[in-house]
Amino acid sequence: MRGLIERMGGLGLYYLHDLGRMGIFLFQCVQGIFRRPFRFRALVRQIGLIGVDSLPVIFFTGAFTGMVLGLQGYYSLRKFGSEGMLGSAVALSLFRELAPVLTALMVTGRAGSAMCAELGIMRNSEQLDALECMAIDPFRYLVAPKFLATLISLPILTLFFDLIGIYGGYLTGVSLLGVNAGAYFAGMEASVVNKDITLGLVKALVFGLLIVWICTGRGYFVHVIRNAGFGAEGVSKVTTQAVVVTSIAILVWDYIITALML
Amino acid sequence: MDDAAIRFEHVTKRFGSQVVLNDVSLAFPAGKTTVIAGGSGQGKSVTLKLILGLLQPEAGKIFVEGQNIVGLGRRQLNEVRRKFGVLFQGAALLDSLTVYENVALPLEERTSLSREEIRRRVTESLVQFDLAEHGDKYPAQLSGGMRKRVGLARALQLEPSIMLFDEPTTGLDPLKAMDIYDLFYHTQKLYGFTSIIVSHDIPKIFNLADQVVILAAGRFIVFEDPSEIWTSDRPEIRDLVNRVMGTVYNSKLVEATP
Repeated sequence: MRGLIERMGGLGLYYLHDLGRMGIFLFQCVQGIFRRPFRFRALVRQIGLIGVDSLPVIFFTGAFTGMVLGLQGYYSLRKFGSEGMLGSAVALSLFRELAPVLTALMVTGRAGSAMCAELGIMRNSEQLDALECMAIDPFRYLVAPKFLATLISLPILTLFFDLIGIYGGYLTGVSLLGVNAGAYFAGMEASVVNKDITLGLVKALVFGLLIVWICTGRGYFVHVIRNAGFGAEGVSKVTTQAVVVTSIAILVWDYIITALML
Repeated sequence: MDDAAIRFEHVTKRFGSQVVLNDVSLAFPAGKTTVIAGGSGQGKSVTLKLILGLLQPEAGKIFVEGQNIVGLGRRQLNEVRRKFGVLFQGAALLDSLTVYENVALPLEERTSLSREEIRRRVTESLVQFDLAEHGDKYPAQLSGGMRKRVGLARALQLEPSIMLFDEPTTGLDPLKAMDIYDLFYHTQKLYGFTSIIVSHDIPKIFNLADQVVILAAGRFIVFEDPSEIWTSDRPEIRDLVNRVMGTVYNSKLVEATP
């Protein structure tokens, strides 16, 4: 019994310490963003890696999400004779909920895992130590461009998802199932207000912060994470952990933001 | 005036219950080469990380050119680190940068030199280290020996007064290792820096040493004359030599005996 309590206490202290370490990491990353010299080219490169390279996956996810919403929405609304509201249903679902959440989950899987693995490998191969030994701040040099690029890319990718999703819904609702095109867009125009779009963008910004914070932080601290192991195995375990933790954090914060901004 | 570039005073370093360095004191003479040797897990790399401020000791002081670095903040440590050049075990080149970009990195990030001046200096370095043909390659495209040369070129860009080498010949064949030793010898003579080499490569590495430090059971055992190690009757040294260096020690002992 005493052993169990000791183990639980040890675990609690570890997670408390880990949370503190991640908090300091976030603070140092934010400081790194404002330190000179500013790495504009690295920022552009990271926007390419995180944002532009994510466009294909966001395109397909957005298109099929919109198409499914079109199908499901049509069969649900038809029961009440309200097929004309399909555009409104698709757009509100996308703007307020599905676009920011699915975009964030896709970016976590594609770019977040890559950021975590990159920093983990750099830690294991002493590249981060080498930067510190050259008195080059790794937060400014390495992490800050990823932070800014993710915060810039996520809202843009979310808007792209919205746009593609709306046309996906149009494809199934209007082109396949025969809903009136004018009604589809008129319903959307009548029901979507600025607040819906703002809610989606706020979510995208918060999710972007969660993705880059958790994924870079896990990679940066790969050498001190409990039960992670060493070398390639350690990096793979921590990368998996980063993706899982980030995905859960996105869903939890989705609820919190929705509750606060509803 | 302290003639030591680095001085340990009663330094203790622990990891949990394991004591890696136990109340050790040592001076690394300026402008000389000190070789740190010992079995695996004895704290050789920890010693280097303490010098660099990457780890903090539980007790004691570490002076770098007269300044105690224990407890310094990030910014102050960065100023101290300007004095160091480090060649890591795997060279620790940034693998997303080319050879040229790796060598140019400290100049771009830590100086206000013009792009032309950086280009001139880096090109000169690449020629000096026989890397002129490889400037556009990435670290993954280089052999182990070439990576070490790039690491050394990068480490020397800011003209450090102290060079630290962590297992510089690990993973190299004996001929490549000899080339690297040759390079160390000549660069040390050329630049006159204080050199601290952590190595397993005994006894070859002793040819470069002005002072040898053996790490055993959390203690530094210092030989100001490296040849003394072969005739030492200290039980720790004999034990270490027998266990870690084995036949090498015996053959050297035979050679050393008149």
